[in-house]
Amino acid sequence: MSRIGVFVCHCGLNIAKTIRVSELAEFASTLPDVVVARDYRFMCSTPGQEMIANDIKEHRLDRVIVTACSPLMHEHTFRKVIEKAGLNQYMLTIVNIREQVSWVTSDIEEGTAKAKALLNGAVYRARLLAPLSSRVIDVNSGVMIVGGGIAGIQAALELANTGKKVYLVEKNSTIGGHMAQFDKTFPTLDCSACILTPKMDAVLQHPNITLMTYCEISEVKGFVGNFDIKVRQKARYVNHDKCNACLACTEKCPGKGISEWDEGLVKRKAIHIPFPQAVPQKPVIDRDACTYFLKGKCRLCEKVCEQKAIDFEQQDTFIDVKVGAVIVATGYNLMDTSPLVQYGYGKYPGVYSALEAERLFNSAGPTSGKVTLRDGKEPQAIAILHCIGSRDKNNYEHCSRVCCMYSLKFAHLFKEKTSADVYQFYIDIRAAGKGYEEFYNRIIEEDVKFIRGKVARVAESSDEPGRLIVEAEDTITGKFVQLPVDMVVLSPAMIPREDSKEVGRLFNLSTDKHGFFMERHPKLAPLSTMSEGIFIAGTCQSPKDIPDTVAQANGAAAEALTIVSREKMELEATTAMVNPASCCGCQNCVRVCPYGAPLFNYEKGVSEINEALCKGCGLCASVCPTSAIIARHFTNEQVLAEIEGLMEF
Amino acid sequence: MSFEPKILGIACNWCTYTGADLAGTTRLHYPPNVRVVRVMCSSRINPSFIFRAFQLGADGVLVGGCHPGDCHYNTGNLYARRRLAVTKKILEFAGLEPGRFRVEWISASEGNKFAEVVQEFTAQIKELGPQQKLKIDELQEKA
Ligand SMILES: Cc1cc2nc3c(=O)[nH]c(=O)nc-3n(C[C@H](O)[C@H](O)[C@H](O)COP(=O)(O)OP(=O)(O)OC[C@H]3O[C@@H](n4cnc5c(N)ncnc54)[C@H](O)[C@@H]3O)c2cc1C
Ligand code: SF4
Ligand code: SF4
Ligand code: FES
Repeated sequence: MSRIGVFVCHCGLNIAKTIRVSELAEFASTLPDVVVARDYRFMCSTPGQEMIANDIKEHRLDRVIVTACSPLMHEHTFRKVIEKAGLNQYMLTIVNIREQVSWVTSDIEEGTAKAKALLNGAVYRARLLAPLSSRVIDVNSGVMIVGGGIAGIQAALELANTGKKVYLVEKNSTIGGHMAQFDKTFPTLDCSACILTPKMDAVLQHPNITLMTYCEISEVKGFVGNFDIKVRQKARYVNHDKCNACLACTEKCPGKGISEWDEGLVKRKAIHIPFPQAVPQKPVIDRDACTYFLKGKCRLCEKVCEQKAIDFEQQDTFIDVKVGAVIVATGYNLMDTSPLVQYGYGKYPGVYSALEAERLFNSAGPTSGKVTLRDGKEPQAIAILHCIGSRDKNNYEHCSRVCCMYSLKFAHLFKEKTSADVYQFYIDIRAAGKGYEEFYNRIIEEDVKFIRGKVARVAESSDEPGRLIVEAEDTITGKFVQLPVDMVVLSPAMIPREDSKEVGRLFNLSTDKHGFFMERHPKLAPLSTMSEGIFIAGTCQSPKDIPDTVAQANGAAAEALTIVSREKMELEATTAMVNPASCCGCQNCVRVCPYGAPLFNYEKGVSEINEALCKGCGLCASVCPTSAIIARHFTNEQVLAEIEGLMEF
Repeated sequence: MSFEPKILGIACNWCTYTGADLAGTTRLHYPPNVRVVRVMCSSRINPSFIFRAFQLGADGVLVGGCHPGDCHYNTGNLYARRRLAVTKKILEFAGLEPGRFRVEWISASEGNKFAEVVQEFTAQIKELGPQQKLKIDELQEKA
């Protein structure tokens, strides 16, 4: 006989509106082994928690059922409550009557009946619960940060300043991310390089940061507190230990590659640093552009390098890094707008993407900061088209959040650098941010023309060759507009990196349908993920501006610190174990376990599970032909009892 | 009174269960017939769970897991997929109508898919009527 207490939460009206909570508590008191059942307005509040703790003592409860919101929400809270009251924390069952009953049901009869069935299942399961002891592990105090944009840089510096060891892994040959491409940043118009490059340099100099550029993650093993990560150092064909960053090689190199930094607007050398302030300042060879790799002859760089740093034989290498926590900050891409043929990107030379436009403003860019068209002429009229591919159900439904603001920034810069007429084609101006509305007002005063309407088409002018016609319906005047311009700038949807699903897979992160990483909870745990010890920051989570990115980066650093500042931590006790008496030695478990936790003991002729490696998925338990494996907390008996309980009502 | 089927849902913690929570958070309404049991991974599902549910009178069983390749435990649901396919064959061999057992891959962000699947599956089971093929008291009556 067990002694179960059932605690039904109203969650204000969230639950009580579609479930008769007191009837549910009365029903509970009629179920087997239930010795006390109550309902209360907010079970998670302090009085609610005290009620549970008092009942545990007063009624000598040995099991507790909390009938409330999802276990993903408060299982942890209530485990702590019962533990403090003297019970083993695994003697708790949560019945999810909010997310999976009251919020999805409109009829109170139906809601109450479904809640009763779920509660009955929980009582059946609870009767078979067994106390488990948590595993305590040592925590590695290092943190890995993946992605060296402003998010990764900020998080790395914050953590390194607390004295923790940081490994910053960046796939490009420099850190900086997109912010390094900008000339000015909204809404203050401060110079991007002036605020970014000192931070990039601080990363390089910091004694606690190991900067790993031109690297990618190839394998992630382990778990919170003890990740074991294999990093692939891509071959640079330059030995960075020998290179003294004189860059003589880059002058002589005849190879021509596409400059990623200049968005392909110009070529760069095969041996190169991406831009003058790159960190580190040491070059890499782009194999696809190198004359030697392509034709088997050249090696000019080798001849001019006094340090003998060029190494055409260099191979990719692998580096093992052990850390306690990880921050993923892999950033964003812009949508490729060439499939949206109505805008003519890739077809008409006068159509630019937003990042290309950024490069035209930049004094280190392809035009040395002069705004000129591809033919070298200054544009007379410029149209900036908002929401290309975003806020568009056929492409990306989400708002990219920064386009309105950078489009306003562009307007200002175009006005500053040219005498052109500047037009904004917008759906709505979204200027919600500190100083943003003020910035918008300032741009209106600068004689920028705003046309409210989504552009239907960009076409070639038939009267003036080389000019473009922008066609839209002005939704304020109701008139059809046909505007001749020389330059069109598209503000494309901000989307996840093309490899975000693979990165997600490596770190066990869920992604939304487009590939943005999912947070553990959209409001209360926006930087944590479903994988304990792995955090996300910046635009890999959703589109955002630099201030929000930096705020998230600081938050993620603090979250990582809550793990790596501990010497030891508790892990879930819900692992699998083998009952040697029933094991037939088939080794099915050994073959299927994704983590290599079961090992066959040849001496005893049975399998044994290494608890440190087991993550508790329960796969082995369902392939074991003799049911020798017990998946703790999800045993066959417990699950079957719950099913039985559910089917009774 | 119209027939209200009892449907067992078994969902993995990381994808489908979270997706079902999301359906709640976004207040998508769906029929109350599916009662969900949470397991850590779809690979934890022992076929006996499903057989037992039908014996106990479940009119349908809906299993939900992460999309193949997205399992929180890497390969778990690839095993589950095969095992559940065999389970379906056995159920049908034992005489169960094919429409009563369904496996769906529903991610943590697919709250709307969860609601749609429940809606559709419930309607389908209503159409099929009460399940009698594997229900124990019916079996015993026959014996
Ligand atoms: C045209 C344009 C103009 C903008 N102007 C402004 C502005 O004026 N003011 C403002 O506040 N915001 C502006 N923004 C928004 C701003 O760009 C972002 O908020 C900011 O850059 C996000 O930083 P991040 O670190 O999240 O991402 P990113 O800058 O994208 O950095 C991510 C980094 O991670 C690396 N990486 C990616 N995948 C991997 C991997 N698998 N392994 C290792 N490394 C990886 C990338 O190489 C990159 O270095 C603008 C955006 C656009 C498109
Ligand atoms: S699957 Fe079961 S019976 Fe086979 S070796 Fe593993 S524990 Fe033993
Ligand atoms: S439950 Fe079994 S299969 Fe899953 S991780 Fe543990 S030992 Fe491996
Ligand atoms: S965790 Fe969802 S199927 Fe494995």
